[in-house]
Amino acid sequence: MYAFTYHRPTTVRQAANLLAKHPEAKLLAGGHSLIPVMKLRLASPSAIIDMNHVEGMSGVEVKGRSVVIGAMTRHFEVAASQTLKDVMPALAGVPGSIGDPHVRHRGTIGGSIANNDPNADYPAAVLGLGATIITNKRRILADDFFTGMFSTALEPEEIITKINFPVAKKSAYQKFKHPASGFALVGVFVSKRGSDIRVAVTGAGSNGVFRVPQFEEALKKRFAPKSIEGIAVSPDGLNTDIHASAEYRAHLIGVLAKRALAAA
Amino acid sequence: MPVVSMTVNGKAVSADVETRTLLVQYLRENLRLTGTHVGCDTSQCGCCVIHLDGKAVKSCTTLAVQAEGCNVLTIEGLAQPDGPLHPMQEAFRENHGLQCGFCTPGMVMAAVDMVNRKGNELDEQTIRQELDGNLCRCTGYHNIVKAIAAGAKAMKGTSPSA
Amino acid sequence: MTATGIGAAVRRKEDFRFITGKGQYTDDVTRPGETRAMFVRSPHAHAKIKSIDTAAASGMPGVLEVLTGAELASDKIGNLICGWMINSKDGTPMKMAAHPALAVGKACHVGDAVAVVVAETLAQAKDAAEKVKVDYEVLPAVIDPAKAQSAAAIHELAPNNTIYQWHLGDAKAADAAIKSAKHVTRLDIVNNRLVPNAMEPRVAIGDYDTGTQNFTLWNTTQNPHVARLVIAAFVGMAPEHKLRVIAPDVGGGFGSKIFIYPEEVVCLWASKRVGRPVKWTCDRSEAFVTDAHGRDHVTHAEMAFGDDGKITAIKVKTVANLGAYMSTFSSSVPTYLYATLLSGQYDIPAIYCEVDAVYTNTVPVDAYRGAGRPEATFVVERLVEVGARELGIDPADLRRRNFIKSFPHQTPVIMAYDAGDYNASLKKASEIADVKGFGKRKRDSARVGKLRGLGYSNYIEACGIAPSQAVGSLGAGVGLWESAEVRVNPTGSVEVLTGCHQHGQGHETTFAQVVADRLGIPIDNISIVHGDTDKVQFGMGTYGSRSGAVGISAIVKALDKVEAKAKKVAAFMLEAAEGDIEFKDGKFTVAGTDKAAAWGEVTLNAYIAHKFTGAQLEPGLKEGAFYDPTNFTFPAGCHICEVEIDPETGHTDIVGWTAVDDFGTVINPMIVEGQVHGGVAQGVGQAMLENAVYNSDGQLVSGSFMDYTMPRADDLPSLKVDMTVTKCPGNPLGIKGCGEAGAIAAPAAVINAITDAIGTEDLAMPATSQAVWAAIRRVAKMQQAAE
Repeated sequence: MYAFTYHRPTTVRQAANLLAKHPEAKLLAGGHSLIPVMKLRLASPSAIIDMNHVEGMSGVEVKGRSVVIGAMTRHFEVAASQTLKDVMPALAGVPGSIGDPHVRHRGTIGGSIANNDPNADYPAAVLGLGATIITNKRRILADDFFTGMFSTALEPEEIITKINFPVAKKSAYQKFKHPASGFALVGVFVSKRGSDIRVAVTGAGSNGVFRVPQFEEALKKRFAPKSIEGIAVSPDGLNTDIHASAEYRAHLIGVLAKRALAAA
Repeated sequence: MPVVSMTVNGKAVSADVETRTLLVQYLRENLRLTGTHVGCDTSQCGCCVIHLDGKAVKSCTTLAVQAEGCNVLTIEGLAQPDGPLHPMQEAFRENHGLQCGFCTPGMVMAAVDMVNRKGNELDEQTIRQELDGNLCRCTGYHNIVKAIAAGAKAMKGTSPSA
Repeated sequence: MTATGIGAAVRRKEDFRFITGKGQYTDDVTRPGETRAMFVRSPHAHAKIKSIDTAAASGMPGVLEVLTGAELASDKIGNLICGWMINSKDGTPMKMAAHPALAVGKACHVGDAVAVVVAETLAQAKDAAEKVKVDYEVLPAVIDPAKAQSAAAIHELAPNNTIYQWHLGDAKAADAAIKSAKHVTRLDIVNNRLVPNAMEPRVAIGDYDTGTQNFTLWNTTQNPHVARLVIAAFVGMAPEHKLRVIAPDVGGGFGSKIFIYPEEVVCLWASKRVGRPVKWTCDRSEAFVTDAHGRDHVTHAEMAFGDDGKITAIKVKTVANLGAYMSTFSSSVPTYLYATLLSGQYDIPAIYCEVDAVYTNTVPVDAYRGAGRPEATFVVERLVEVGARELGIDPADLRRRNFIKSFPHQTPVIMAYDAGDYNASLKKASEIADVKGFGKRKRDSARVGKLRGLGYSNYIEACGIAPSQAVGSLGAGVGLWESAEVRVNPTGSVEVLTGCHQHGQGHETTFAQVVADRLGIPIDNISIVHGDTDKVQFGMGTYGSRSGAVGISAIVKALDKVEAKAKKVAAFMLEAAEGDIEFKDGKFTVAGTDKAAAWGEVTLNAYIAHKFTGAQLEPGLKEGAFYDPTNFTFPAGCHICEVEIDPETGHTDIVGWTAVDDFGTVINPMIVEGQVHGGVAQGVGQAMLENAVYNSDGQLVSGSFMDYTMPRADDLPSLKVDMTVTKCPGNPLGIKGCGEAGAIAAPAAVINAITDAIGTEDLAMPATSQAVWAAIRRVAKMQQAAE
């Protein structure tokens, strides 16, 4: 790991000021994406701004027809939230499938979304539920937030403070684990909220999480596995690596979408 | 270099360290608590698992400065000094849940955390799933699973994280 | 059987330190004044090193020394060697290329060490290592072993990258049998390349004492004496008596810690240069590109069948990838540890095997758990299974028809099997696995849309690789005997010094059980000492499942001598003839009398020497033995794997595993079962999960646990492990060895089960979900085309 200066703000404003002062700084949330790449010297931030002592950034709350999750809420807290399990168990299940118990004790929703790892689970839920990402500056719709592999709409001094998930009447997440890393080889999140039907896929796309319009269109008639039978997903633009070809991933998207629909 | 202070195995400790020092380095090199091991550099093997404020974490993916003011429990602090072994340690020995011993401290710490979260009656499937973050190359996990089930039962009545 | 004697499931003596975090692994050792080493490694698979500029690195904070192959050469540090000579068919010796500890002139694989930085701290060493400027001229890389022989030579001395073209057996007989066969089964097999990944990465601390001019090496090794011998005699670091090698607690080896590696040589050498201890701790990422890999065979195999499914011949052609340099025992693995086992458990009249070993620009390949024998078992057990399917004979029945039934049995490929009952293990395993109920289980699976399959693997292996004279005639550079010294203290407690080394096997318990059983003393009064060349007499270390069969036999031989001497002492004490002294349960008695002396009284008398003169008997009670086996041992058994497959995703669950092994006499069944569990896990890993994948540029794509799939708890089932016993007639206790059996048996059982379920033999290892899904799809397409 390269040397860096370490900062421990207690408010979001302080954190933003530190970001302004240190253009090469990185925010440290759970650290389970950042610290590994720093250890391998693949990232060299000049400063680390530790968000773990910022007040009021953690918790799961139901507000009207939304679930609001603080950006620093750790995976295990979201997974264990009874409030969330009561209103939208599918969302509670997503962090429960991330990494392993030790990782879930540290990793946070804000960190995961800001990192936008193309194989991460949370982006599928955020896009699959049409969530809104709330930052210290603005509100960003999920559809506008994820802009490509490891890239988001966040500006340099922008910090995610919470994520607002509209409660969907029906939703489910199905994940096919990467055999080695435990990330999503393919993960499919489906939801139905009134006429808003979403099918979001993670792990498969070379540009990160994406929606499957042909499935969504077909599901308008009936939100059920049968509706998407026979509709193929093209392997074009999907990832090929030693664990899964684009064809296999395309096939898994269909299988997992059907299973998610059956479970929703 | 910042001074980093925390409580490790019940004792207050303090040291000057570079900010880039990992918690596992702090434990192994500054405190000479070498029971916590490093088996990989991608946060997967779990040889470095300790309890940070009562929760199992990977000390290779935590900066020492992040543990400032925290309560750290390592394998060396699991049993009382000169006291009997912790039931989970005893269960690993009784069930031959270790061979080379390198993954063992992380396994035991993960197992105790598992019981803290999931209770004393753990079925095989739960244990296998919950061991996602701990690799062992020797045992094929068979006896580790047995050890954890037995250790969980034996922990009934003990205080969490003790 | 006593509570702590032979056959008892004694809880391990070594466990206390491990479960309390008090184990002392090499990285836990800190020497006063210790410095840290960081290697600069080639990012290219094959590149000429035009120049190395160390100036910037040398000026970095904390840096003590930056060294390259040039300094290594000028200090006359010798090359690493391969210690097993293999001759080609035409009699020419294998082509062993120079392997300097730091590359000279060119780098031959990604990870090849090019320079080393020694600094006060590891962070400083890492910072400075980045400043070493190496000017490379990238050369074309040879990666695929199947194409290596038509590529440009990596090493000048090995045209066509061919190290040797070796063969064993009778080609004419095999060809004739194949020609006249009723049926021939043919398979093309890739035995996938594996990364051993012991959980403890390698560590070396070189410590040169400027006062005594002695070197000490703390090292993660399975065989400290062999390391010392090679580093002294071949590398020329220091005379053997001026070099001490200490292997403290070692966190798993599986073969990968047998070999002598560049880093340990460099740490010793650098320690002398900087005048301080130098420590190197391997990162896991570094381990992936520096630890010797395993397997990596490309094979075409044929099995001929005569009437009634009788196997008449096996013919095998294998290309074995040995990587960029010849590692310490690499040459022996695809030859004498492989082709000699191609008879399996079967009476096969004709066998012929050809092996071409090749260089590629990849990490060196050497012995990994099983070493050659898993590859042989996979060839034989796949051929038998596929043959049975092609002939329409039940696979168990076909095996039964071909089993060797009388012993000793001389195979056409050197080995003389001494004892076994293959039918007994097959029968017992079939019962435990409830093979009879499989049909119903398969129908139940089908009802929920799943495929189910069952596969056998009837493996045989050869352990305790010896006698030394025999392995010497096959090219081994060392003898493969083992040593023991039994030191009895005046108070009767015992230290056993063994040349074996434990890194998970539980020798501190098992070996003590043998001593407790023999001497009738409490197991807590016995210590097993190993892993330090200053303490222990020369020994060969632990690998090849040899510690029980060879190491314990040496202890038994030493105990024979101890007992004989103790009887002499007792005879003086009890004023009886030596021939009348009987020893049982820790007590010496005079036959036909009530005169007796306890063990502790006799041991004390051996040392105080009051009852005899020096002319009558030497004082003391300490005996040594060097045991050279009379033959290999032949553990064998039957593993049965049952799988259930989700055809939509290819996801495969192992739903049943039965292992029935014949290891001869078992000292500690708990430990032996543990060895089976671990071996099976590694074999399942090879069959379904693990794969060292290089891209065409020679970058290891699966170079971390993020991409190299290590078996996790959730990937494996609970295992049913049982035994049958035929004692090995060749050693005093009848032990055969158990450490590698699981890894040898498992891959074929898994692949036989999956192919049974999906109905095609076209499935390579590792059978990942994707591979299984693709195979199922191929079958479906073929069926569609047929309709």
